[in-house]
Amino acid sequence: MDFMRPAGALGKYLPVKAVVALGFMLALSIARFNLLDNYIQLVLMLIGINLILTLSLNLVNGYMGEFSVGHAGFMAAGAYVSSILSVRVLASYSPVWVFPCAVLAGGLAAGVVGLAVAVPSFKTRGDYLAIVTLAFSMIVKSVIENIDAVGGPRGFLGMDKLTTLPWVFFWTVAAVWIIRNFIYSRFGRGVLSVREDEIAADLTGVNTRNVKMLAFVVSSFFAGIAGGLYAHLIQYISPGVFDIVKSTEMLVMVYLGGVGSIAGSMIGAATYTVLLEALRPLGIWRMAVMPLLLILLMIFRPKGIMGYREARWLSPSFGRGTGKDK
Amino acid sequence: MIYFFQQALNAAQLGSVYALIALGYTMVYGVLSMINFAHGDFFMVGAFLCFVGVVVLQLSFIPVLLLAMAGVTMLGVATERVAYRPLRNAPKASAIITSLGVGIFLEHFTLGLSPYPKYIPPVLPSFSFNAGGVSVSTFQLATISISFILMLALYLVVNKTRVGLAMRAISADRGIVPLMGVPVDKIIALTFALGSGLGGAAGVMYAMAYPVIDPYIGIIIGWKAFISAVIGGIGNIRGAVLGAYILGTVEIMTAAFLPSTYRDLVAFSLLLILLIFRPHGLLGRAESQKV
Repeated sequence: MDFMRPAGALGKYLPVKAVVALGFMLALSIARFNLLDNYIQLVLMLIGINLILTLSLNLVNGYMGEFSVGHAGFMAAGAYVSSILSVRVLASYSPVWVFPCAVLAGGLAAGVVGLAVAVPSFKTRGDYLAIVTLAFSMIVKSVIENIDAVGGPRGFLGMDKLTTLPWVFFWTVAAVWIIRNFIYSRFGRGVLSVREDEIAADLTGVNTRNVKMLAFVVSSFFAGIAGGLYAHLIQYISPGVFDIVKSTEMLVMVYLGGVGSIAGSMIGAATYTVLLEALRPLGIWRMAVMPLLLILLMIFRPKGIMGYREARWLSPSFGRGTGKDK
Repeated sequence: MIYFFQQALNAAQLGSVYALIALGYTMVYGVLSMINFAHGDFFMVGAFLCFVGVVVLQLSFIPVLLLAMAGVTMLGVATERVAYRPLRNAPKASAIITSLGVGIFLEHFTLGLSPYPKYIPPVLPSFSFNAGGVSVSTFQLATISISFILMLALYLVVNKTRVGLAMRAISADRGIVPLMGVPVDKIIALTFALGSGLGGAAGVMYAMAYPVIDPYIGIIIGWKAFISAVIGGIGNIRGAVLGAYILGTVEIMTAAFLPSTYRDLVAFSLLLILLIFRPHGLLGRAESQKV
């Protein structure tokens, strides 16, 4: 089948690119012509946002083997910075430019916060680092609660509904693409080596400090992006939205789908979001049934759905055939 | 100065509640090296059992306390048997996720049963007396003294009995202890029983101090107690108690001398600073890594 595969890097992922292009067209036309019910569109967008969050947490928890329980703090930073920008600072400009800039700025702000969390991670590991991340998310929440200019505990509103299906699709693809390439880059190998054995990684010349810093910044950047998208979708944010429960939700999605796997993050985020919506008729009992399903899944599949396995089209050996025609 | 002593008393009360919960975290961590994230919700169930005992069954203080402790003990042992034991040899993350799941389940199951916050009428005759200008309430006295008794009992169990010896042995080396004929499963179940029982008692103490309870109280109080355990050095029993009183003092003093919304901010910032200088907590030992 060699003749069907054009040579060079462009051709290798042609089917993937075609699917992405098709998906983007589909997202555009769904949003433009309202092909789908508004509720289904909302659920699709939530899946995308949750996917970005799950990927970002998976980078730290799954690939780097640390245990962050405070990712909602990064999300909060992104959500507030982007909302403040779009409501207070950039309101007079055309929304076509405001939105991407605001979301990007939110991501960058969250990246800076991530840098601050990365520094303690040089010294502490495991459960102690978990506490550091938790403390950071609590501090972010407390700081927001104490700034009256952004509404304090009452929350912040006034954002236009700028998050649309094509935008969510764009950022989701960007997150998958960047994080996937990051993992298979030289730095990404460093991230994996920190997970396997930090001391050995250090001894073999991996600059573990840089690796950790970069991984935290990339991870929190995308959590911030997701926060910006979320804020402009729901159009209301408050410190209470980004509490431990939100972080727990992200953890559940990561471990449900399986750590250390991009395909796992996709499955985890989609399954969790859809299941949560599907159980809505149960009303108040919904969140009691959901964890029971999760516990059963964990007992019968302790590594999550995809734990440490990757979909073929995401791995670098994709398109190389069976190895015989190398 | 009297104001300061008054606040110190409040700190001792809050610290006692934290200490009882933190002990549960730290004991389970000691034998299983696993963080039982559902523990905060065990505490919440204890507070609700207190409600059941006081309002529904009309019991007096000691029976309520025993009811809450027994109920939460059974809950803890059952959880260990159903949700944690099948995963003991699975990757660490799976047990973490089931414990988060158990926590969410307990919160929302309770929410389903009691959708509105519940008020618990005073279970003890409520009066306060004056000790040199400091007003001491019966609740505070009961909380502090009962937690002290429970902690002393736990100390004796862990340090003076064969069961305690087995617990300490498992915590030191879980691989080799079964070879010595120690029934590991039983000891782990017993550890859960002790830890959860203390959590149930903490639920009653909390409900006496803050009589309006809802199913979410376990989240934030549980995390605070977990932080106490980390401040002291997780897995270390004395450390958990020390950390709990430190956190209780910091929180109460911040609320007393600064706007109360700064309470969490100051508490968590102190935690971060502490962890930067003592990455393994105050009494925790840094494990030397062999290369």
